[in-house]
Amino acid sequence: MPSPGDLKYTKEHEWVRVESDPSASSEQAIGTVGITDYAQDQLGDIVFVDLPAAGAGVSHMQKFGEIESVKAVSELFSPVTGEVVEANAALANSPELVNDSPYGEGWMLRVRLSDSGEIDKLLSAEEYDDFIAQGAE
Amino acid sequence: MALNEAAAGTLLRTALYDEHKRLGGRMVPFAGYEMPVQYAGIVEEHNAVRQRAGMFDVSHMGRFEIRGQDAGRFLRYISTWDVTRLTAGEGHYSASCREDGGILDDIYVFCLEPERYLVVVNASNAPKLKGWMQEHIGRWDARLIDRHASTAMIAVQGPEALGRLEGVIGDEFVRSLRPRRCGETEWRRQTLFASRTGYTGEDGLELVIEAEAGPELWRTLLDVGVQPAGLGSRDTLRLEAALLLYGNDIDEETNPWEVGLDWVVTRDDGADFIGRNALVGLKERGPSRELVYLKAAGRGIMRSHCDIFREAESVGTITSGGYSPTLGVSIGMGFVAPELAPEGTELKVDVRGKPLAARVVPRPFYKRPKRA
Repeated sequence: MPSPGDLKYTKEHEWVRVESDPSASSEQAIGTVGITDYAQDQLGDIVFVDLPAAGAGVSHMQKFGEIESVKAVSELFSPVTGEVVEANAALANSPELVNDSPYGEGWMLRVRLSDSGEIDKLLSAEEYDDFIAQGAE
Repeated sequence: MALNEAAAGTLLRTALYDEHKRLGGRMVPFAGYEMPVQYAGIVEEHNAVRQRAGMFDVSHMGRFEIRGQDAGRFLRYISTWDVTRLTAGEGHYSASCREDGGILDDIYVFCLEPERYLVVVNASNAPKLKGWMQEHIGRWDARLIDRHASTAMIAVQGPEALGRLEGVIGDEFVRSLRPRRCGETEWRRQTLFASRTGYTGEDGLELVIEAEAGPELWRTLLDVGVQPAGLGSRDTLRLEAALLLYGNDIDEETNPWEVGLDWVVTRDDGADFIGRNALVGLKERGPSRELVYLKAAGRGIMRSHCDIFREAESVGTITSGGYSPTLGVSIGMGFVAPELAPEGTELKVDVRGKPLAARVVPRPFYKRPKRA
């Protein structure tokens, strides 16, 4: 199945969906971050997701958290730089949402972007799908 | 994130390889074989075995037939448990030790007939054990027949396993097998070996059949509703059942006393076996470390190689750890000094820099409910 076209992707298998900030006081965009369907499938049953709290800073392609599946632990890398507005609290008790709905209810962070230009460095859905097809690492 | 699906090099395939591929099994290298780690998902397969019936391809495990007048005496010499106590149709867990008492492998010995035994060994140790047996068998009127490549082995496990098997290999035969018993029957004109054993904490049988009949047996079991399960759930199931894994919890630097295997060392029969003198001496001195069973109190998952702490002091290492689908928390095993081994001892496990509270608990973590 092709990856959703409205998202941008990393080679570490995270995605970001960029929207304008609904709070009119800010001109900064908000990005929602999660992991891809391919990633959740490779990881298998997810049992814990360790995310930063609201207010924490995240940086482009820097580690922001960890995800534990029955099989293994993996680090999570942020597609974007900015401040965490919200972490998905539902994942604390229902980490399996990442398996069930990686692009929906299984989202991880909402980040107020400090550099919207970074988005251009990320992969399009087509580029990401090509990357996977070539045997992603 | 880094997703490591190791590439397959020159790996062996079991007789059931095509079945795994057809079922969408995710193949990984394991002990020199290309084996399925999962089909539908580790937790789903784990639950299928705990609640219904699942089956594992365990053809990668070593199988050696020992035949001859001295077969039992030879096996007694390389086994810590007195296998000469077995009568035809009985099996027992044992260990093979070096002269210094270090465990070469944990093994299962079945007596098929007074002069014919089947020895099942870990996949990772099969070449080593074969060499070890060949090195010592010359003194005895016995010979070794390697049945590794010529047979397939399937473990069918779960509360419904025996019921499903009755319809496939015969209800009388299945009912004749009491726990740890074994026997042979005919299935579609092939000799089929079965034993009431397993590695999951559930009831069930382990089956051995000629390799060419393996796929047909596998598909027949599939047709009666036995769910295929991979190495991933095999590991979570055995961990909950507190069963040891060679290479993790035991190795050549481990002796049976340290890991609670006293019950597989027979010293009172006066018979000589490799490692006997060293094991007697080690028993007198008492173990310097003990394997304990740890249950986490919080979030986070202990995995092998994590350090175990008491206050700020490092006191040991996790040998096996993971998430228990049945208990919903992390569980593990690890070595600590004997004074920290009593049940209830509060310890901490370092999970990548974060302390995870864990308590020493009795084994097993999971015990199957008694069923009427």
